[in-house]
Amino acid sequence: MSSAQPFSTTTFDIAESGIDWKKFGSTLLSQVGYPIAGIVILISIWWLGGWAIASNPDTESFADFAPAPAFSKLLELFTNGYIWEAAIPSLERIGLGLLWAVVIGVPVGVAVGLYSNLQKLTNIPFQLLRMISPLAWMPIAVLAFSTWSGAIVFLIAIAAVWPILFSTAQGVRRMDPLWFKIAKNLGADSLKMLIKVILPAIGQDIFAGIRLAVGVAWIVLVPAEYLGVTSGLGYAINDARDTLEYDTLAAMVVVIGVIGFFLDGICVFLIKKFSWHQEG
Amino acid sequence: MSANINIDFISHTFKGQEKPTLKDIALNIAAGERVALIGRSGCGKSTLLHMLAGLLIPSEGCVRIKSHQVTKPSAKWNMMFQKPSLYPWMNVRKNIELGLTFAGVKDPEKIDYLLDLVDLSDKADAHVQSLSGGQQQRVALARSLATSPEVLLLDEPFSALDAFTRASLQDEVAGITEKEDLTMVLVTHDIDEAVAMGDRVLIMSANPGSIVGEVKVDLPFPRERSSSEFNLVKEQLMKTFESLVGDSAPVNISPIESHATEPEDKADAA
Ligand SMILES: Nc1ncnc2c1ncn2[C@@H]1O[C@H](COP(=O)(O)OP(=O)(O)OP(=O)(O)O)[C@@H](O)[C@H]1O
Ligand SMILES: [Mg+2]
Repeated sequence: MSSAQPFSTTTFDIAESGIDWKKFGSTLLSQVGYPIAGIVILISIWWLGGWAIASNPDTESFADFAPAPAFSKLLELFTNGYIWEAAIPSLERIGLGLLWAVVIGVPVGVAVGLYSNLQKLTNIPFQLLRMISPLAWMPIAVLAFSTWSGAIVFLIAIAAVWPILFSTAQGVRRMDPLWFKIAKNLGADSLKMLIKVILPAIGQDIFAGIRLAVGVAWIVLVPAEYLGVTSGLGYAINDARDTLEYDTLAAMVVVIGVIGFFLDGICVFLIKKFSWHQEG
Repeated sequence: MSANINIDFISHTFKGQEKPTLKDIALNIAAGERVALIGRSGCGKSTLLHMLAGLLIPSEGCVRIKSHQVTKPSAKWNMMFQKPSLYPWMNVRKNIELGLTFAGVKDPEKIDYLLDLVDLSDKADAHVQSLSGGQQQRVALARSLATSPEVLLLDEPFSALDAFTRASLQDEVAGITEKEDLTMVLVTHDIDEAVAMGDRVLIMSANPGSIVGEVKVDLPFPRERSSSEFNLVKEQLMKTFESLVGDSAPVNISPIESHATEPEDKADAA
């Protein structure tokens, strides 16, 4: 290029070569350091609590509740399979309850999202029903279901259905109205509209609802399992209390927390997977 | 493969309203003709276009395309809107293919052809949200063309775009309607656009909406916007518009969202 060129072009080299160690360090700190610090703080508080209990003569019989005995028990229960024996029935109940909640919540949610009159009709009843503590359904559940397990699944489903239903309906209402018009124009019938347009559009909303539902269901599960059944995590806790095995009790609490955490993680993964937002 | 449109004394009154929005619109559009429709905001242009698409049924009168009465939407007459409204969970190719997918047809060559037609071959697998506004509107155009429509209905399709993109897309679409032998009805607020794309410009008045005049544009494509002939037609159109519906401002400013014909209920559209 000669200097006679009447304009010049400058390019900026944005890409830097090599690794930015400073940035890497701060990322490592925020991604790994903080979470680990959080866990350490939590266990320290637990340890302090355990120490306070152990040093108080009135409560010292509960000393096994502290982290050290709990974790050694946890290892033992993990290796002898007791944890799986307790967790699998619970997970089955959660799974079934959520399945029912999805089977009912998603179609009803889609319908409520599509038809504004249905939304008006159902809004108040649904809000009222939603506010009823799932455990308040217990007597009805016991009457209606012949098995305790059936009753528990019912309680989980009735707790889990609302977040799924509301989130689904909200997802439908947020859809671009032109998506419907265009699909109709391109020849979509109702079924194709549902499968190709509505469901993919609201996938992330459905899973966001399921995530909330998992949280609620997991909370309902344990007290529900205090009653009647002789399996599951709630039963294991209640049983440990009755037999004064406080290390087992504490270990089961940890198990409940950890499984809940993983279930939530699965939901977060699915929300991301079904999200079409560019930054999703 | 074009089709003529016969609008047979359409009148329309929306539910719960007393005054008609459209009154006694009667019009013939020849096969392969390009018609532009201009008028003030709210005069009923989008309403009329929805009726041509079968997305709205007039309370009186009817629309016939190739002498068949339009009673529901069909992929044979496709509408394009101001917003591209692409489906963001599908890539460019899947978006364009959608009409064929609904019909259960697989025709990758056709999609390749359309990608090439709208100059997006290199973006086939791209995420639609990563495209520019003009590129998105070109995808929407290709999506409308995939079902081999006979009629293309455009509701201010370029008004959200910058002036350069708009002008090149106007020429592109006009060229495509010629190449694919399509009948086109274009609603626009832009006099330039009307003259650049229409064989005939219809002027619509409001309250109630009716067609009150027309100006013929007899210029070859692609139209040279700076030519004296172009500007002569434009002037004539502006004068006619003002004398028929105008006070000072010839055409109003377009609102960003087309609010009016949004269905009250999602299910109306579903
Ligand atoms: N679904 C509807 N229900 C009731 N009134 C409506 C409906 N759709 C449109 N209208 C009314 O009909 C009139 C014409 O609306 P329309 O959208 O056809 O105007 P337009 O000419 O396309 O306007 P713009 O240039 O702003 O897009 C407006 O007064 C609008 O409020
Ligand atoms: Mg409009």
